Amino acid sequence: MSTTAVPDVAVAAVDEGFWTRPRKVGAVLLALGVLATVLFGALATGQQARFTLSETEGGAALEIQGTLGAILFGVVAAGAGGALLAGVPKRWFTLVLGVGLVAFVLSFLCWQVSAAPEGRNFMPMVNIVRGTFVLALPLIFGALAGVLCERSGVVNVAIEGQLLMGAFSGALFGSLSGNVWVGLVAAAVGGAFISLLLAVFAIRYLVDQVVMGVVLNLLAVGVTGFLYERLMQTDADKYNSAPRFGNWEIPLLKDIPLLGPALFRGNIFLYLGLLLVLVIHLALFRTRWGLRTRSVGEHPTAADTLGVKVLSLRYRNVLLAGVVAGIGGASYTLALYSFTKNMIGGKGFIALAALIFGRWSPTGALLAALFFGFADQLATYLGAIGSSIPNQFLAMLPYLATILAVAGLVGRVRAPAADGKPYVKG
Amino acid sequence: MEPGEIHALLGENGAGKSTLMNVLYGLYQPDGGEILVDGKPLRLKGPSDAIRAGIGMVHQHFMLVPVFTVAENIMLGAEQVRGGIVGFLDRRRARREVAEVSARYNLRVDPDAVIEDLPVGIQQRVEIVKALTRDVDLLILDEPTAVLTPQETEELLTVMRSLKAAGKSIVFITHKLGEVKAIADRITVIRRGRTVGTASPEASRDELAALMVGRDVRLTVDKQPATPGRPILEVAGLVVDDDRQVRAVDGVDLTVRAGEVLGVAGVQGNGQTELIEAIMGLRPTLAGTVTLDGEPIHGWSTKKVLRAGVGYVPEDRSVDGLVKEFSVAENLVLDIYDRPPFGRGLALRPEAIAASAKERIEQFDVRTPSADAAVGTLSGGNQQKVIVARELSRPLKLFIAAQPTRGVDVGSIEFIHSRVVRERDVGTAVMVVSSELDEVIGLADRIAVMYRGRIIGIVGPDTPREEIGLLMAGITPDAPAPAPADGAATPGEATGGTAGGATPAPERPGNEDEA
Repeated sequence: MSTTAVPDVAVAAVDEGFWTRPRKVGAVLLALGVLATVLFGALATGQQARFTLSETEGGAALEIQGTLGAILFGVVAAGAGGALLAGVPKRWFTLVLGVGLVAFVLSFLCWQVSAAPEGRNFMPMVNIVRGTFVLALPLIFGALAGVLCERSGVVNVAIEGQLLMGAFSGALFGSLSGNVWVGLVAAAVGGAFISLLLAVFAIRYLVDQVVMGVVLNLLAVGVTGFLYERLMQTDADKYNSAPRFGNWEIPLLKDIPLLGPALFRGNIFLYLGLLLVLVIHLALFRTRWGLRTRSVGEHPTAADTLGVKVLSLRYRNVLLAGVVAGIGGASYTLALYSFTKNMIGGKGFIALAALIFGRWSPTGALLAALFFGFADQLATYLGAIGSSIPNQFLAMLPYLATILAVAGLVGRVRAPAADGKPYVKG
Repeated sequence: MEPGEIHALLGENGAGKSTLMNVLYGLYQPDGGEILVDGKPLRLKGPSDAIRAGIGMVHQHFMLVPVFTVAENIMLGAEQVRGGIVGFLDRRRARREVAEVSARYNLRVDPDAVIEDLPVGIQQRVEIVKALTRDVDLLILDEPTAVLTPQETEELLTVMRSLKAAGKSIVFITHKLGEVKAIADRITVIRRGRTVGTASPEASRDELAALMVGRDVRLTVDKQPATPGRPILEVAGLVVDDDRQVRAVDGVDLTVRAGEVLGVAGVQGNGQTELIEAIMGLRPTLAGTVTLDGEPIHGWSTKKVLRAGVGYVPEDRSVDGLVKEFSVAENLVLDIYDRPPFGRGLALRPEAIAASAKERIEQFDVRTPSADAAVGTLSGGNQQKVIVARELSRPLKLFIAAQPTRGVDVGSIEFIHSRVVRERDVGTAVMVVSSELDEVIGLADRIAVMYRGRIIGIVGPDTPREEIGLLMAGITPDAPAPAPADGAATPGEATGGTAGGATPAPERPGNEDEA
């Protein structure tokens, strides 16, 4: 069969205007860099800013004189912004932007650390990295639950509820049985229970998925809150004293400087979370299940005509998402704290933001979760060194970062085409 | 159906062709009756049963996942996997399979191309390859030529012939007589859900058309020569993006004069929709000007454009033209409900609305049980008449009709066409956009052909269909195409792809429905 020769009508050179998206981002970054150079440079003191590679003041450290560091990194950030403004090849955009943002944060830290009172003017990197991961962990589980659901076309706003229900049932059944593994399984079942409700109403009864998600969150808060007051508060020893997973040290890896103590002396949830990111990523893009899941999330009718069972695949994925989120909830009650009312406190929604920020991919969600975790950890740290920045402002940081991330930084994101649309045959 | 047979299923829009085939493919469940394959009754619970029985289908709206590659689309549902229960995809094997089938049937596709980047003609080829990799014996093609240029249609017919030669049976669903006569071995005509006859391809067009619509029809439009007056609509250098921020209209200049019909022809998706939406103020213009009777109107709100004397029949009546749940009467005043006599202050005046509805229902021959019936319960033709009635009830300078007769029965087509011509005769500038070439040729005094966001040529209505067909495929007479004599001598050359159009076969698929 011959292809008809069609003289290619050249697409007219489009005058996009000077202000393309990279240029706008570059201009903002340049402004930030200049601000850092001038403001942070002026506020920083002549003291050394020490970034120690341990949990304490001692040991090996990277250090730089405060004023110098603030100015130097500020200039780097401004330079990266300038480069974007001048125009860099498209594939370098992310790299240059990353360098610029990191330099801005470093400039800020040089100021903060050097201006901290004597004895606290150091930043223990191990604590920061570990804290980042600990705070990011529920976000990672939550965002993975979102990936599983939304890639198959069901919007999951109920992550918060799934995390909470997981945390609660993990604590309750862990306490009753005195066995952490029983608690873990119960947490998975608890998360799956919320998922089951979501699946039945969204898939079977075609209820609006966002509304359903919100309602389920409220249901989870209500049910766990009620049972918490009735059971756990009256007899905490019996109902709210779950055993906890200890920390597992991984031989060899635990001795890597900085990363070893921060990451490889953690608990099962940390390892499980990172492993799940890898597993779900591979499964989604390399297996039959993944191909079918993505097709059902993009074009369910097409999948149906090829014999893929759209509804049952959606059911399965939504339930699986509940299991993952439930385990994420248990990462609180079976490792860190005992259950308290509404203990997830909005992390499920930040996980939803991480999902979008990470463009519906498991690895993207991991990076986004770590970003949010870092913002959170930084706020804690700055509070501890008596930063001049008000505490309330610091507590706001992660949420501010969320808004910026979701609104501007990611650019145009494309959700799975059939996300949130119930599938009705014919 | 017999092996190695091309069986055409002919019928008007909405006659039940697609429904029948969806049942055959297992997508819908039959309410009664049975399907026999090799003499045995077959119960299809879903498409996978149909595939197992050797039935494949290329749907009118392609069933391809736009963000997947060709290979991923083809393997979906029948994946080759490694690693047991884990099921890792064997992409190499999938790619090889695509290459094999492509080579065997001479259907070239790049397995790694992403579907949304491919032109529709190629997407259709992917659909066919997809069916063939599943070893089908019976291939159903549902309106495969609706989105193709005449040249692509020609290629498709070639593919169908080679499939037939390979012993595959094909059900070919269409409402275009020319294609049927060109390729079918047997023809079944369907009307309103019933088989009304079978015919052989030797039957004349008139016989087939009469069978199809149930009476003698005339699809030409009666009209006097136009007497164009001053320019009403002038578009200059218009640039518009589509919803995905891709350039859709790319520097269009055109003029429509009072008292003439400008037809805009082109294969769907070449910027016609965006052009009109930009004129109507429904879509931002990135550059260029639109003037109505000397006054620049780009950047105006749609309401202001309508009030300035523009009538507009949108392309998709159910989405943009009507509020389905509203009554006929309410739909008839959607444009001027807030003006006297229909509204005063914050209140509507139902008596005035009802009275005017009654009058216009009569005038425009809208067949509805009552003016209060929800518009969604009417047939497509009558819904369209409601829109036309509404838009023609204002004093107009310019009337724009996009796909005015899509999915409309023959009787309504005649009526709508006559109203369009009448509007022209009272001195309104008229613009008709249609992907049905016959409609454009029948109505227009001048024809502008759009291709990839540009007006590639403006020709008179007497221009041969072949020439317009080539324009629709982006081939202009002054493009470096060889003269017909040279074309015959060097058929293999890259620019010689015009051969199909330059040497018309006795039964060309281009000459549609000229019954």
